[in-house]
Amino acid sequence: MHIEVKDLNKEFGSFHAVQDVSFEIEKGKLIGFLGPSGGGKTSILRMLAGLETPTSGDIYFHGKRVNDLPPQERGIGFVFQNYALFKHMTVFDNIAFGLKVKKQNKAFIKERVQYLVELTGLKGFEHRYPHQLSGGQRQRVAFARALAPEPQLLLLDEPFAAIDAKIRTELRTWLKDMIGELGITSIFVTHDQEEAIEVADEIMIISKGKLEQKGTPWEIYKHPQTPFVASFIGESSLIERIQCFKGFEDVATSSGIKALIRPEYVEVGKSGEIVLASATMDAAVKHLHFRGSEWMIELEIEGQRLITYRSLEKEVLHPGEQVKVLIHRAYLFNEEKSWIMENPLKVDPLPIYI
Amino acid sequence: MNSLFRSQKWSYSFRTIVFIYFIGLIIIPIIGIYTQSFSSGITSFIDNLSDPLAWKAVLLTLKLAAIATLINTAIGTMIGWVLVRYEFPGKRMINSVIDLPFALPTAVAGFIILLLVGPSSLFYEWFGIDVVFHEPAIVLAMVFVTFPFVIRGLQPLLEELDKSEEEAAYTLGSSKSRTFFRIILPTMLPGILSGAMLAFSRAIAEFGAVVLISGNIPGKTLVASVYIFGEIESNNPQGAAAVSVLLLTISFLILWFIHKLNRGGQA
Amino acid sequence: MMMRRLWITLTYIVVSLLLLLPLYKIFTGAWADGLSGFMDALLRAQSLHALKMTALIVIIVTVINTLFGVMLSIYLVRATWLSPLVKRLSNSIVDLPFAVSPVIGGLMIVLLLGPNTVLGTMLGNVGVSIVYALPGMVLATLFVTFPIMVREVMPVLQEIGDQQEQAASTLGAYSWYTFWKVTWPNIRFAVMYGVVLTVARSLGEFGAVLVVSGNIINKTQTATTLVYQDVENFNVVAANGIALVLAAFSIMLLLLMEWTKKRKEVH
Repeated sequence: MHIEVKDLNKEFGSFHAVQDVSFEIEKGKLIGFLGPSGGGKTSILRMLAGLETPTSGDIYFHGKRVNDLPPQERGIGFVFQNYALFKHMTVFDNIAFGLKVKKQNKAFIKERVQYLVELTGLKGFEHRYPHQLSGGQRQRVAFARALAPEPQLLLLDEPFAAIDAKIRTELRTWLKDMIGELGITSIFVTHDQEEAIEVADEIMIISKGKLEQKGTPWEIYKHPQTPFVASFIGESSLIERIQCFKGFEDVATSSGIKALIRPEYVEVGKSGEIVLASATMDAAVKHLHFRGSEWMIELEIEGQRLITYRSLEKEVLHPGEQVKVLIHRAYLFNEEKSWIMENPLKVDPLPIYI
Repeated sequence: MNSLFRSQKWSYSFRTIVFIYFIGLIIIPIIGIYTQSFSSGITSFIDNLSDPLAWKAVLLTLKLAAIATLINTAIGTMIGWVLVRYEFPGKRMINSVIDLPFALPTAVAGFIILLLVGPSSLFYEWFGIDVVFHEPAIVLAMVFVTFPFVIRGLQPLLEELDKSEEEAAYTLGSSKSRTFFRIILPTMLPGILSGAMLAFSRAIAEFGAVVLISGNIPGKTLVASVYIFGEIESNNPQGAAAVSVLLLTISFLILWFIHKLNRGGQA
Repeated sequence: MMMRRLWITLTYIVVSLLLLLPLYKIFTGAWADGLSGFMDALLRAQSLHALKMTALIVIIVTVINTLFGVMLSIYLVRATWLSPLVKRLSNSIVDLPFAVSPVIGGLMIVLLLGPNTVLGTMLGNVGVSIVYALPGMVLATLFVTFPIMVREVMPVLQEIGDQQEQAASTLGAYSWYTFWKVTWPNIRFAVMYGVVLTVARSLGEFGAVLVVSGNIINKTQTATTLVYQDVENFNVVAANGIALVLAAFSIMLLLLMEWTKKRKEVH
């Protein structure tokens, strides 16, 4: 289903939960709404479902305005954060609910439920009640139940929030494959950037009721358009005085420019380890944290804190040690605008034969 | 569920009927009695209340209800504690029989008390104490009809009290009695208090159990509800309304206080 | 250990004296004049009529208050068309009848709809009498029992939340279908518990009915007011017969209460 949203607003009393949000979603795409909790993602999702009425703005499904359509008639499937399974019904009855509402004949219902049960790997659990299932299984039931009436749009509110971290990754891949296979337009809400990046075709970053940026995970990572996106995606260090950093001395001090630097923009090493020695500066190692597959290093440069990672293969650094640091690029911004600045010193000073 | 019915018309008429019922059944009668008692002016209201029989009846009711509530608070706290904390034979039977006073018609309760301790009872023969038609009988009736309140108020709180909270206190070196007074009692207190207040408001309102055994001697064993009944019977609804308003106001204040207490407990 | 044994023993003593002894007394007392005495008391014309009146009131009141109680609970918990202030206020008002003495509840109806009032005269002119007739008695009992159902159903509705209902709506179900298939299975034991409590309370209602009915033999007398009248007339054995019937019902209700309470907890 093709979806278009125009100037959507939602106010709860004096709280402006959603502000002038507009976007379009192509048929068959898997979209992730990403942002901090309480940022308005769920409100947008619920307005798409018809569970919440917009204060102003329009929602179009297939070019048809659906604002006045109740949830019953929107042809959507909704997976709730806590699944909201009917706890007095078996797995079978839960999945069959939407079909019974539509008064489908018994044989058809049986066949469809059977198909979904197999699709979601719940075979053998049809006669269990929700409280006899694990978190992951409940999630699958909720998913199957939402899919049963063949909706044109699937909405998932924090679908993995209530699941153990270990099973979560497994379920993510499963869900992505499943939705890909069915080709159904889907939107899911999450506050976990890793989850959004891994699962979604496209991410919409939503914060304080506003749509900050929409794009593929890679675009968003590579070209954050607002300071919020830059700081929210990845683990950036906020630098107040970028002028102290080698290569960035020429940045204007007057216009209130600040910088965000991602760990992967930073190269750290003992003196002599970094090839472009002329572009490096001195730094002190403040702390080291072992992160399983690499070291996370907290550096201090002229009183400013900077985070980066270092491979386990390289020589181990120690707290207090003096090291060399190269900043490849920085994300700069002030009140009006933001841009990415490459370190000018990185341009190889020695001309090589062309 | 935004509306119970698909059709707006149905849904609106249902809402209207339910709220008219609610307002007509509960709100209008209460407003009615307040306006009625002031209908002949504030002076007649005060006149009605300054009748010594009237205010003596109210004072007596408050006194006896307070005694009954104290007794029930003590007994109820003990039984509530025993029923939650200890395992013993017959526990389930006792737990279900606690609600008997809620199920038994109050008039029947009054009648049984009359049989048990009245002038022709074994109790009277053995001890020769005149209970019925004296204050103790009224207190007994009040204790009986309000018996479950404190227990039922206390039980859920005690059940919810996490055993580990107590154990944490012990590991921090707290003695048994200190743990009781500092950890357990504060948890129990809201339940005991709201139970006791419900019991008190029920006791001052009680009629059925009391009317048969109090003897209704004006100025001595005539409680407020029986006084009101008497005034109605002797065709003085104004006097009845005046005392009612006084009694109602006290009850509403108690109810309001319980509401506050419960909300405080949840926060 | 010593303390524990002491508390349990004390609990047994209190429960036996206060609850079991009265029960025993009522079951033995009715047979004081043998089976024939009991049957005579029960088969008097006024006994049969009184029991019929009580049954009629119980049925009417339970049906009406169950319906309106459940509807009002749904509105007070779910309705989006009510402002939170109205909801809070209504929620407090629901409890008011608990704080009103039954006698006062009866008085309110007499004051509003009695033969000397404007409304009463108007209704009387078209041949409808409320006070000293069945409608008034039903009204009084409705007033007294109104909060019971709401108090049982509202917390359950709050606890289950509206997510399951929303899920049903996204699956295409309208409210009526959602209510029966999703909401009702969740609240039915709470409703049943409310029904049992409402039956118990309306069966035993005495004060309000006494005031409103005028206690006219073979016309407006109910089982409880008959017990009262028999005692006033020193006809103890007859009173005991009716009281036994009422007590037997109460115990049945008590068992039902236990059963539904347990079912309520399972879900």
